[in-house]
Amino acid sequence: MNGIPLLSIMTWAPFVSAIIIMFCARHRPLLVRLTALAGASVSLVASLIVYVAYDKTMAGFQFHEQLALVPSLGINYLLAIDGMSALLALLTSIIIFAGVFASWTVKERGQEFYALLLLLVTGVYGVFVSLDLFVFFLFYEIAVLPMYLLIGIWGSSGFVKPQGIFGKAMGRTGVGTKEYAAMKLTLYLLFGSAFILVGILALYAEAGSHSFSIIALQQVQFDPTVQKWVFLAFYIGFGILAGIWPLHTWSPDGHASAPTAVSMLHAGVLMKLGAYGVVRLGMGMLPDGMAYWAFLVGTIACINIVYGALSAMAQTDLKYVIAYSSVSHMGVVMLGAATMNVVGLNGAVFQMFAHGIMTGLFFALVGLVYEKAHSRAIFSMGGFGTMMPGIATAFTIAGLSSLGLPATAGFIAEFMTFLGAWSSAHPWWLFPGVIGAFLTAVYVLRVTKQIFWSTQSPDPHFAHLPDAQGPEWAALGILTATLVIFGVAPWIAVGTIDTATTPLIATLPKVAGASLGLLR
Amino acid sequence: MMANSGALALIAWLLPIFSFLVLAIVFPFRRLGRPAAWFSTLCAAGAFASAVLAWRIQSVAAHPVHLVWPWLPTAGKTIADVGVLVDAQSTIMLCLVSLVAFLVQFYSVGYLHDEPAPALGRYYAYQSLFAFSMMGLALAPNLLQLFMCWELVGLCSYLLIGFWYQRPSAARAAVKAFWITKAGDVGMLVGIVMLYRLAGTFDITELHSMAASNALPLAGLSIITFCLYLGAMGKSAQFPFHVWLPDAMEGPTPVSALIHAATMVTAGVYLLVRTDWLFALTPNVLLIVAWIGAFTALLAAVLACVQDDIKRVLAYSTVSQLGYMMTAIGAGVASAGFLHLLTHGLFKALLFLGAGAVIHAVGSNDLPNMGGLARRMPQTALVFIIGTLSLAGIPIFGGYVSKEEILGAVWGAHLTGPFLLLMLVAGLTAFYMFRVVFLAFFGTPARVAAVAHAGAGHTTPPRVAHAALHNEAVVEGAHVNETPHAHEPPATMLLPLWVLAVGTMVVGVMSTFHLGGFAAAEAAGETAPGWLTPTAVGVALAGIALAWATYQMRAVNPESLANAFGPIRSAALRKFWIDDIFEGIYSFVLLGFSRIVGWIDRYLVDGVLNLLSDWTVQAGDELRGIQTGKPQDYVYGIGAGVLVLILLMRLVF
Repeated sequence: MNGIPLLSIMTWAPFVSAIIIMFCARHRPLLVRLTALAGASVSLVASLIVYVAYDKTMAGFQFHEQLALVPSLGINYLLAIDGMSALLALLTSIIIFAGVFASWTVKERGQEFYALLLLLVTGVYGVFVSLDLFVFFLFYEIAVLPMYLLIGIWGSSGFVKPQGIFGKAMGRTGVGTKEYAAMKLTLYLLFGSAFILVGILALYAEAGSHSFSIIALQQVQFDPTVQKWVFLAFYIGFGILAGIWPLHTWSPDGHASAPTAVSMLHAGVLMKLGAYGVVRLGMGMLPDGMAYWAFLVGTIACINIVYGALSAMAQTDLKYVIAYSSVSHMGVVMLGAATMNVVGLNGAVFQMFAHGIMTGLFFALVGLVYEKAHSRAIFSMGGFGTMMPGIATAFTIAGLSSLGLPATAGFIAEFMTFLGAWSSAHPWWLFPGVIGAFLTAVYVLRVTKQIFWSTQSPDPHFAHLPDAQGPEWAALGILTATLVIFGVAPWIAVGTIDTATTPLIATLPKVAGASLGLLR
Repeated sequence: MMANSGALALIAWLLPIFSFLVLAIVFPFRRLGRPAAWFSTLCAAGAFASAVLAWRIQSVAAHPVHLVWPWLPTAGKTIADVGVLVDAQSTIMLCLVSLVAFLVQFYSVGYLHDEPAPALGRYYAYQSLFAFSMMGLALAPNLLQLFMCWELVGLCSYLLIGFWYQRPSAARAAVKAFWITKAGDVGMLVGIVMLYRLAGTFDITELHSMAASNALPLAGLSIITFCLYLGAMGKSAQFPFHVWLPDAMEGPTPVSALIHAATMVTAGVYLLVRTDWLFALTPNVLLIVAWIGAFTALLAAVLACVQDDIKRVLAYSTVSQLGYMMTAIGAGVASAGFLHLLTHGLFKALLFLGAGAVIHAVGSNDLPNMGGLARRMPQTALVFIIGTLSLAGIPIFGGYVSKEEILGAVWGAHLTGPFLLLMLVAGLTAFYMFRVVFLAFFGTPARVAAVAHAGAGHTTPPRVAHAALHNEAVVEGAHVNETPHAHEPPATMLLPLWVLAVGTMVVGVMSTFHLGGFAAAEAAGETAPGWLTPTAVGVALAGIALAWATYQMRAVNPESLANAFGPIRSAALRKFWIDDIFEGIYSFVLLGFSRIVGWIDRYLVDGVLNLLSDWTVQAGDELRGIQTGKPQDYVYGIGAGVLVLILLMRLVF
């Protein structure tokens, strides 16, 4: 495998197909889709090869690629992956591959849509594989910005009618419209980027070694005060993207307004960029900062879990339910990271993967239901299970994974996180976690029952609805199978994650009150 | 020889999952219906055969067989395995599960023969998944696998209760069952996680040896065992979590027989039997187990007396018997509870399948619509009475010895309160079961004339799927079949009934006369006082006599009997408001709280954000006025600024 720049191929293939789509495939819808599919396939194959060929016995960063960009400032195009980023790159590939199928029916400005989608994916891959902070930040911005156009142009407006004391202000800002959602999301994430940029520059200046390399910066022992404040900057900056409470409100509006494939990518992968940033940059380079803020991170994660689940239960719009469930599930990720032990962090990374696939599947299904029934209002629908058994089954499986049923990926992730939480310095974190799991069972099954497994709705609009067709089956099949396979055979992921998390946890300072030396 | 029993158990476990995978993935085959059904049944038969072989080998083997594969790695080592732990206990449980699973699948071919082919295929896919999960639970070598299979059987229960999901009551019951058992499961998950921090392992064998050598710290162990017991309460329908089980009767009757009587609901008991050495370290929790078990037994027995739906009587009876088993475990004699689990599995499956045959013939669940069926379906009546006598604890029938052992154990543990409750329950059990027998199989149909009006009554929604059987009138109107048309079920349904009846009798006779494997068990068991057996049997006979006098001879007017227990009866008809309390918790606490949080999110958390952005825009609008474009204004501005700066310099520095 030496000599083939697999990571670059994986990263840039979507970009190249975006260029091809814009210049060569204009006004040929099928060609647009096939080009996009080709780009996504190349990335999928590359990431699969990387994932399988990753040497677990050697661990550490592998598949290095280096190219000097600005030598005077120490900026390099430096790519490599470890067990954690290999899994997340695989997640990205699966989601975009399924996402291309899921947006097969986009009619308006198809080529621009696909081009922007693929551009965004290049950014995501770039974040996961770059080890140079400058390039990392560049990719991060590429991943965030196309979202504005994707939601603003192809999105759909929700049914939110602001009332009450803040109603006037909310009415003026345009709550519920796609333009509002796009603007809110972009401004919020750029606000976070500012913190990240400050953090990166602070580290660069503090280290004084003229290098943006993560590996080099990991060797530097930063002053604890610096660690404390830079970690906080990273936590806020990346945390916004990871949907931490109370900075999460861009997510429900954004995800509900975005078109299907964009919701899939955004909730499925982009939110993981945030969590990945906290783990890679925050935990990896600032161990003392992590230890200092662990209580805050974990406690806010607990709020996320319970608050997100309760908010999801209160929604009547199907897309909002799924969006709030993301807020809740991202809490599990952050909780796993805050446990500061291997099993908890493994759970966090596994949850990034599991939630990515699960929520990608959810948004694909919601998109399909909307396309066929033209409704997102949960309590007007009913009894779709008879008419669309495929969609109903996939939705049920996604729901079961979401509530942490064994034999789905969601269980493994939640279980390891809970195990980590109880072994951490703050064992009580376990309880909000399991309460969240129970609340998830309540709202997920309530919605599933209402829409699919109940009496047929009397509404004549819902009298004859088709099941998924053609390419849509591919999207559903891939995602559902992934959920189940990783739930039944967790070692194929956990074994790889473990190679990255074990050394990472070893660099953290010991914490009083934590248990189980064997898990550290 | 040793490895053989492991391999056989593994085969028994994996055959159903093979069947499930074939049915799930090869969906054109599944949609054929009957071939899929026979394929699944065949796999279940194979599983039963290998389970019996494994049990034969293991019952004489000296050591358990432990076959595991690493499953969940962390920090470079394995924290959990999957595999099988084959010992006498797990193989006999395996035999029970695979036998009932096989018989129920066989029976369902006849029972569901009017079901559309795709739905039938779906049913058998769920059945196979259930058989796999339940066997995995029985064979689990560690608590994590046990928990996973535990959740999977819960899933199958959810899917099968909601099999006729177009019926609102079925859809609701499925979700209710899942939620309430999930609430218990959350507790169990917490218990397992806590136990891992304490012991560093999930492995049952390792935990057992740690407990035996006093290597487990006792501090906090009570909380752990109580958490595990919470899971068992949910699954085994202990008060107050019993509310889901009667509603679960919305599923097809064979499902009730398999999942909600013989196997899944006993999983909680099985968990406690499997970990009785752990519970033995926490006697305070055992006391709770015993009291709640006895209370549940009584509560459910009272509720069973006022039900008119034959399946609901049986469901409450199951809850009551589960209470019996739990009390035995609470008394510290898990083996008695386990024995009752096994015998109860046989005769309760028999009773449910018999009830299914009755429902199949009559087209209704309601006892008042039945009557005189013994003449129309004598074989069904005979096996049903065998099951009833077993449940009542009459000598030479299946449930006699296990019930006596439980009573003896509870007496021996000096739990006088629970003992008296159980004695009372023994009488009530005989009464309500013979009430069913007399109302359904003897006498004359009480409401034949009234049926035309009462058919659509709220207690029994028209059974769409059953209704198609044998009587067109049932489908077209809400009429109920008149019993004179009822007849014996087809052979596919009769055969399992006879197998279970014979099995119950064999177990009953052998245990009553201490034959075979029961001789040793009896010798080892502690001796109960001599008055116990005659008293218990006497109480049961008194219950039978009361039922006979009331519902057969009509010597006692049922109305006046009911009036004698006026307040209790009306409270029991409202299910002691326990269901209403759960309903209230769901509607008002959970949904109400979620609405509050939803409001906070929309109008406070997000509202502040919108307010800030609105202010920003407003401020921009206002400040725009400064940019007049007139040079004079700017010069004034600059001048004012310079003035302020000078003043500041003067004043501050």
